[in-house]
Amino acid sequence: MAEKKLFRLTVNADVNELQHVLGFVEECIGTIDCPPKAMMQINIAVEEIFVNIAHYAYSDKTGETVIEVEIADEPKAVTITFIDNGVKYDPLAKPDPDVTLSAKERQIGGLGIFMAKKFMDDLSYEYRDGQNVFAMKKDL
Amino acid sequence: MTIESKKDAGKLTLAVTGRLDTSTAPKLEKTLKYSYDGVTELVFDLKELEYISSAGLRVLLSAQKTMNKQGSMKVTNVCEEIMEIFEITGFSDILTIE
Repeated sequence: MAEKKLFRLTVNADVNELQHVLGFVEECIGTIDCPPKAMMQINIAVEEIFVNIAHYAYSDKTGETVIEVEIADEPKAVTITFIDNGVKYDPLAKPDPDVTLSAKERQIGGLGIFMAKKFMDDLSYEYRDGQNVFAMKKDL
Repeated sequence: MTIESKKDAGKLTLAVTGRLDTSTAPKLEKTLKYSYDGVTELVFDLKELEYISSAGLRVLLSAQKTMNKQGSMKVTNVCEEIMEIFEITGFSDILTIE
């Protein structure tokens, strides 16, 4: 029978919590077989999304982010959801950066979200009851 | 992350070990900032680099921009996983990877 496990962590949306968040996600994913490469890619996606929330969601104020990790088997997949009460922001609305430009013309903005899009299989955003709900899933 | 630096006349080699992420990238940025003087050849040895996020990519891009003005830069010993990140982000075209 298909089984799902759900883990939840609430932290301050602060970059200083990054290692805490990544440790939590790794621990959750450690409960199933996950190839090291996929683990690294999930880590990158989580870092980029969390750092984005930490920088922009609450501007100068402090606030929290809830991170939910859902582990499913048959088919094996990891879904990570970020929920915050900060300013409405859809990271998927931004156009992808032009990755063909030279070093001189290259701007770094948007690369983080772009990597999350490339490394995860399914991403979604909705603004629900005053909350940003961003979910991303990777099939394993 | 640890950074091991070796300077030989105008050539500076930085061996970066571990994780280059939002928490550690500022350390590399700072090391670079104080090392550029007189450097005409900058080499990043990424043999022991396990992880790089956009914060790390930003530091590499900034180093490339600086070295374009004062010499050359190359990136060596890139593992398969990191190479894939360089390819996806177009960094494989910006950087000289050996």
